[in-house]
Amino acid sequence: MKKISPFWIVVVAVIIAGLVFTSTVKNEYYFNAAYVVLQALLMAVAWNVLGGFTGYVNFGSAGFFAVGAYTAIALDKAFGLPLPLLILASGTVCGLIGLALGYLTLRLKGVYFAIATLAMAIVFETLVVNWAYVGGAKGAYILTPDSHLWFDSYIQMLFMVMLLLALAAIAVSRYLNSSRLGRGLAAIRDDEVAAECAGVPTLRLKLISATVMGVMMGVAGAPYPFFVTFVDPVSAFNLFIAVNSIAMPMIGGTAHWIGPVIGALLVGSLQEIITVTVSSELNILFVGLMLVGFITLAPQGIVGLVRKFRGRKP
Amino acid sequence: MISADLFSNAVVSGILLGGFYAAVAVGLAITFGQLDIVNIAHPAFVIVGSYTAWIINTRTGLDPVLAGILVTPIFFLVGVAIYRIYYAAFERTGQESLSGLAFFFGLMFIIEVTLILVYGVDYRLVNAAYIGESIDIGFVGIPYRMLVPFIVAVLLTGGVYLYLSRTFTGRAILAVAQDRLALQLMGADPVRVKQFAFGLAIATTAIAGSLLIIIGPVEPSVGRLYIGRVFAIVVLAGMGSIPGMVVAALIIGVVETMVGTFMGPSWSPAVSFGVLLLTLAVRPAGLFGRQ
Repeated sequence: MKKISPFWIVVVAVIIAGLVFTSTVKNEYYFNAAYVVLQALLMAVAWNVLGGFTGYVNFGSAGFFAVGAYTAIALDKAFGLPLPLLILASGTVCGLIGLALGYLTLRLKGVYFAIATLAMAIVFETLVVNWAYVGGAKGAYILTPDSHLWFDSYIQMLFMVMLLLALAAIAVSRYLNSSRLGRGLAAIRDDEVAAECAGVPTLRLKLISATVMGVMMGVAGAPYPFFVTFVDPVSAFNLFIAVNSIAMPMIGGTAHWIGPVIGALLVGSLQEIITVTVSSELNILFVGLMLVGFITLAPQGIVGLVRKFRGRKP
Repeated sequence: MISADLFSNAVVSGILLGGFYAAVAVGLAITFGQLDIVNIAHPAFVIVGSYTAWIINTRTGLDPVLAGILVTPIFFLVGVAIYRIYYAAFERTGQESLSGLAFFFGLMFIIEVTLILVYGVDYRLVNAAYIGESIDIGFVGIPYRMLVPFIVAVLLTGGVYLYLSRTFTGRAILAVAQDRLALQLMGADPVRVKQFAFGLAIATTAIAGSLLIIIGPVEPSVGRLYIGRVFAIVVLAGMGSIPGMVVAALIIGVVETMVGTFMGPSWSPAVSFGVLLLTLAVRPAGLFGRQ
């Protein structure tokens, strides 16, 4: 009999825990908070698939996220599609954008690529601001559907959806990291020319990586309109989203798939606590300081620190 | 049919705006173009410059431009300090690409949020006798709040250009970009040269910031729009060419004003970022590139 990896046991345990959570806890705040943390987790895992594994920095995460959210808004308004189809559609659209971005790595190395992603996000923002159908600069109100399966409220269902999406993303990222493909990606990060010479199909790997990142970010954005019920370009394209999705993997450690998970759970929970106890502005400052602090003092993140402490091993 | 006076007004104000953009981008042309340091936080320092000019202007009534010039030594020292950190943490260990980028990204964010925390998100503006006045030449009106920044920007950019091409230190800065090893063999320390150049670049943001707040009111997040503009200008010019940068700044200024006038102001942010994307995709070496 094939041995089941502990990873899948944890995944099943988390899903059961999530279901228990929804059936016992009544206070909606906890679901809101958990949703925010999971969304950030999904974004961080997505960013790491390209940024951490291949070393191509994406500053435009907020752009992908917002395109995902606005795809959902537009299709919801036009056809009233159910949430799973909206998630699928947003994932497809952002996956295609990711693919296009992947082709950009053909011409642009390192910093130029990073700047191009930043520019891309602003171009998308300008398009959305000028797109009256989805509310333009004024923003759009979204009605939450009445049905929420067997859950007590809509937010509970959204929480569960986000939990499943995040787990799926972690599983994909884990697969990419530990498979043969992951070793190819690591080779690109360390020395792209050397990797190419050694027979690593660099372009194909970069395209896969960029597409997967796009799909994940689009998927993260799709349920967002139903979560906040009001979306405007300023909130959807918020730079905070981009900073978070860079900071969390950097703090957790970018080389290993578990890095962004640790970073997101740690930073995300701390953010929720600071937002409640102190203020939301201070929480934004806190992320910036954590990011700069970690990359100057512990460039390998928490995973790197643990490794150093234990002397190699994961 | 596009009316002639609307068109010529747009061209003139585009040129004035472009000149000002050159002053904002000149610091980045040094850091990014010559030193290969991707200072994404550059526009954030410009905003700090604006706020410094605003504080001095409202407290003492001093002219914003003079206030900007007055604080350049402080900005220079801040720049030197930041380069020291950057060098110690990233450049020496060869991690400048990924970590260095994230470092400046984080720095930009810290600056913006700190300004919001301390001064709020209200628009700030300065007072000077010439703001609000304008001269009319034919049917083209030139407001002084555009003309003064343009003139100062030309002086600043010209000064930086002359400094880089005529003085010993300036040439050493150009040499760092061209051949680091050769510079070392000539007995100059590349790290010291880069440190000085980075300080110089940050010092220009003090003046650029004071110009920005003369042109219009400033709030902390205005800096983000300038990321696209300054990088579009430096990349379009081709890394490191100061005269090329002025041409690129004028192009961006005129095109942006045209789009703003004839398509509506909500489209103008897309101009610089669109130009940037297009340049990167089609001709990454820029118009006057060094490769």
